[in-house]
Amino acid sequence: MVDGDDRSERRDPATGAGWVDAPPRMGFFTDTSVCIGCKACEVACKEWNGVPTSGLDLLGMSYDNTGALTANSWRHVAFIEQPRPAGDPEASSAGSQFLGMPEPGPPGRTGSAEGRSDFRWLMMSDVCKHCTQAGCLDVCPTGALFRTEFGTVVVQEDICNGCGYCVSACPYGVIDRRVDDGRVWKCTLCYDRIGAGLTPACAQACPTESIQYGPLDELRERAATRVATLHERGVPEARLYGHDPDDGVGGDGAFFLLLDEPEVYGLPPDPQVPTRDLPNMWKRAGVAALAMAAGAVVAFLGGKR
Amino acid sequence: MAEAHPVGFQWVMEARKRGAKVFHVDPRFTRTSASADTYLPIRAGTDIALLGGVVNYILTNELDFREYVLAYTNAATIVSDDYVDAEDADGLFSGFDPATGAYVQDSWQYAGHERDSGSGHTAMDRETAAGLRHESHGAPISGQVERDETLQHPRCVYQILKRHFARYTPEMVERVCGLPQEKFLELARAWTQNSGRERTGCLIYSVGWTQHSVGVQYIRTGAIIQLLLGNVGRPGGGVLALRGHASIQGSTDIPTLFNLLPGYLPMPHHAQHPTFDDWVDAIRHPGQKGFWGNARAYAASLLKAYWGDAATPDNDFCYDYLPRLTGDHGTYQQVLDMIDGKIRGYFLLGQNPAVGSAHGRAQRLGMANLDWLVVRDLFMIESATFWQRGPEVATGEIVPQECRTEVFFLPAASHVEKEGTFTQTQRLLQWREKAVDPPGDARSELWFFYHLGRKLREKLAGSPLPRDRALLDLAWDYPTHGPHAEPDAEAVLREINGYDVATGRPLASFAEARDDGTTAVGCWIYAGVYADGVNQAARRRPGHEQDWVAAEWGWAWPANRRMLYNRASADPQGRPWSERKRYVWWDEAAGRWTGHDVPDFEVTKAPSYRPPEGASGPAALAGDDPFVMQSDGKGWLFAPSGVLDGPLPTHYEPAESPVRNSFYGQQGNPTRKTYRHPVNSINPSPPQEHSQVFPYVFTVSRLTEHHTAGGMSRTVAPLAELQPEMFVEVSPELAELAGLTHLGWAHLVSARAVIEAKVLVTDRLVPLRVDGRVIHQLWLPYHFGFEGLVTGDSANDLFGITLDPNVLIQESKIGTCDVRPGRRPTGPALLELVDDYRTRAGIVAGSVPSALTVDVPVERPGEAEGDR
Repeated sequence: MVDGDDRSERRDPATGAGWVDAPPRMGFFTDTSVCIGCKACEVACKEWNGVPTSGLDLLGMSYDNTGALTANSWRHVAFIEQPRPAGDPEASSAGSQFLGMPEPGPPGRTGSAEGRSDFRWLMMSDVCKHCTQAGCLDVCPTGALFRTEFGTVVVQEDICNGCGYCVSACPYGVIDRRVDDGRVWKCTLCYDRIGAGLTPACAQACPTESIQYGPLDELRERAATRVATLHERGVPEARLYGHDPDDGVGGDGAFFLLLDEPEVYGLPPDPQVPTRDLPNMWKRAGVAALAMAAGAVVAFLGGKR
Repeated sequence: MAEAHPVGFQWVMEARKRGAKVFHVDPRFTRTSASADTYLPIRAGTDIALLGGVVNYILTNELDFREYVLAYTNAATIVSDDYVDAEDADGLFSGFDPATGAYVQDSWQYAGHERDSGSGHTAMDRETAAGLRHESHGAPISGQVERDETLQHPRCVYQILKRHFARYTPEMVERVCGLPQEKFLELARAWTQNSGRERTGCLIYSVGWTQHSVGVQYIRTGAIIQLLLGNVGRPGGGVLALRGHASIQGSTDIPTLFNLLPGYLPMPHHAQHPTFDDWVDAIRHPGQKGFWGNARAYAASLLKAYWGDAATPDNDFCYDYLPRLTGDHGTYQQVLDMIDGKIRGYFLLGQNPAVGSAHGRAQRLGMANLDWLVVRDLFMIESATFWQRGPEVATGEIVPQECRTEVFFLPAASHVEKEGTFTQTQRLLQWREKAVDPPGDARSELWFFYHLGRKLREKLAGSPLPRDRALLDLAWDYPTHGPHAEPDAEAVLREINGYDVATGRPLASFAEARDDGTTAVGCWIYAGVYADGVNQAARRRPGHEQDWVAAEWGWAWPANRRMLYNRASADPQGRPWSERKRYVWWDEAAGRWTGHDVPDFEVTKAPSYRPPEGASGPAALAGDDPFVMQSDGKGWLFAPSGVLDGPLPTHYEPAESPVRNSFYGQQGNPTRKTYRHPVNSINPSPPQEHSQVFPYVFTVSRLTEHHTAGGMSRTVAPLAELQPEMFVEVSPELAELAGLTHLGWAHLVSARAVIEAKVLVTDRLVPLRVDGRVIHQLWLPYHFGFEGLVTGDSANDLFGITLDPNVLIQESKIGTCDVRPGRRPTGPALLELVDDYRTRAGIVAGSVPSALTVDVPVERPGEAEGDR
């Protein structure tokens, strides 16, 4: 019975949350192989959602001056400058030295392979994953976080009391408290827009369809096709992230096509919802309690002897 | 393109998804490089060496699309015996006049047409940026030309081209550009493979490509390649300029330029065009082939639109009211004139020269020496506050209490707060509605100019002075609406389109324009945009409801034609080159041209048509002459006139370069426009001494996150925070060499200025090996200034003023500099530092390096005197 519920929630968390006749689960597929790093998603998100500035700091992290997903940045484009393509054993150690300039020849003619043109600049627009098993939602004591009919996870700003339990419950480090008001904020997958049949602001603004919005089932099919195409075209490093319903969060509502290991983009390689083990923990705690009680009884009975 | 045109870049990504191969050539690895299949790092300013290499690759391997080249270009045309190529004269073409530093073009002409270049002397053309008027048509050629269809004649264009680029080998490309030969060959192979009946390739550039002292010739070289490969006038081909703003194409069509009137009619010159007939004949060249023969009708109709009832055939349509050119009135000449106190007032609209123009200090000093300055902008930009907060205030050069300029700041409506059209790079006019009212006192440009004109006319009413007639006789009667009396933008569009004066009926095309005062046309090339009284620019039929050419989305000039010279998409017999590339073709049964687009050809002129002896105008073009705005109907591989700095592109080093020209003794463009002025010091380049004082090459461009001089992005938090500080990108090697640290400060020095920036050390920049030397390049964004939410020093302050001779565009993509760790000095110490550099570099105030670095061959007796 419990197992059966679990499976249906994986397929359709909205139904699992009690929605009747819920629409299909909606989500994002972010294809980083076509991202051009324009940050239109960041700007469109801020404009639509009225998100305040996240600070005017030059971070020196390539062209990323946003830094991370925070209460004031619900989309974050990461820029990764890579001297060597993924899979190259020298990638991490070679650094800039592989350019080999100025000796003995022009760039691209020194060292192995084709030198300079192997340089990669990876760009990836990160966002709340809208997990199937959402830690933030599980731990929220006020009900401010809730599962929408679209299967997304949204904070209700008028209910949040700023306790911050959800912050430590998110395996991706997405949800965050705003310093000035103490409440938590994150991507709503534009709940107000999608409810009106519109596309979320970031996906709408994305010029290259790197951010795709739609029913999650469709997106997963599209993503699988895209990976296959890239593999055919000689991009073996293309892989999906967050698409697998059997991963530690039951699969993400917002998943990604990456061109390198997740860690390269600052993503956890094997995210686990911290509340996943709660039933077992409670079971074990129960067993332990029973054992204690039994022990006490035994002791008592023994004392009688 | 991804960096500066991310929205347009979606189509490149789409093409890539379908298997297109994308090459990106840039001095630094950008967001475009990241999305390209192959990235080619290049030394800034060596584009002609690279592209000339491609031309040489094509000709050496005979990879040109021969049938196209033979029929549609001037490859077979025989050039004058007098012509001497730059290859044979160490970098100078024949006809160079050292006295003026300009060419006499007689010897460049086709054989037998040596006198066709008019006066032949180009010094005056350079002063007035005459090349600009060729944006819509070529230079004149009269009568028939000599041809050799076998392309074997030693003086045919094909052979001249071959000889001219013979030394542009892959080895030379590597030596000059710092680009590995294999990468170059990969590019050359891929480009040439996209040629022929079945395939086309397209060349895209952004306007930074033009901002060089050889800028026009960069694009000429690209055009030569595209012509050789048959990639012009065919779907998927072309040389596409990505404009820097939403309607820059529109601002040359209906120009904000000193030397042009609407529709590329030249501004009359006081000496050359004293009468209406002189002016018109200079445009239409009586007896000339092609479509400019009707220029009299376009000119008369324009004046009729300006002066309405007052303009009659008897008074030459008030031609005498038109202002006249007296020489160079370009923006840089004006700034120097301001510094010298020759200009008293200035209107600045949608422009921020204090940040966006070359030599920011000259710009600010000029604007500080006016009686009045009107700035209309969305935000309080640097060009409005330079007198109060500019860098020259810190150095003591401008004292706010004493600055004589009275600045009027007028808030402007943004593009969503007013209606009107944008004309984009495809010449497509798209109407936009007003979404919201402008806030407060903000008004549209249309409102501003209409009411300014109205008030001036009110003030002058009753004036007996003849000089006031031009203003008082204007047809200035646009309908207005709303509480602020906003002029009706559609009424203006209707006037631009043109109408029959008697009935008011809008013209359907420019063919209806008359020279007898019966029609008024504001911009003849736009005739048809209001055909049938319908705003054709406002059409928005979705793409899925029409074919891929989408003729019912907006309106393209001329005549809603989406691709110019599309006659070339069919073979000489009028058949599509291939099914795959079918676009416009001759329908034999119907006896007319037809296809997906409006044919760019007389619609019933058969491919077999041959002009009769003595024909002129359009009738003189044969049925297989697709380049109908060219006087010989051909695409010009070789330009006998129209380009002032040579009939063929030639590699010259930028005005400031750390290396010697590897091809010729002539170092830079010998005809480049220079200004001798105490404010305009130019860093020395070889063969001059002391070039090592400024050992590094710097180049500037845009970031996706900001817009040009930053007035619309540094003022807006969601954009400003994405690139919050001025920085300079350097390679790890240069960082080590110059002692720079990541996120530390550096300052850059040129003979004009010193600016500071945070350092980003990145592998995206690489040192290049050029001619056996290592050349370091630095890159800076040019968006920063001292106003806005995020501020920083302006990169354009580093540049001097050196211009391309054809269109007077500034060389603002390349300069030389020194870079040092730490922050720049402030106050008087700043000036001392720059002074010190100038002294060390041997720079004398008020002088510029000689443009000529070779001896001029003696061609005609008497002209070699004063050869310096």
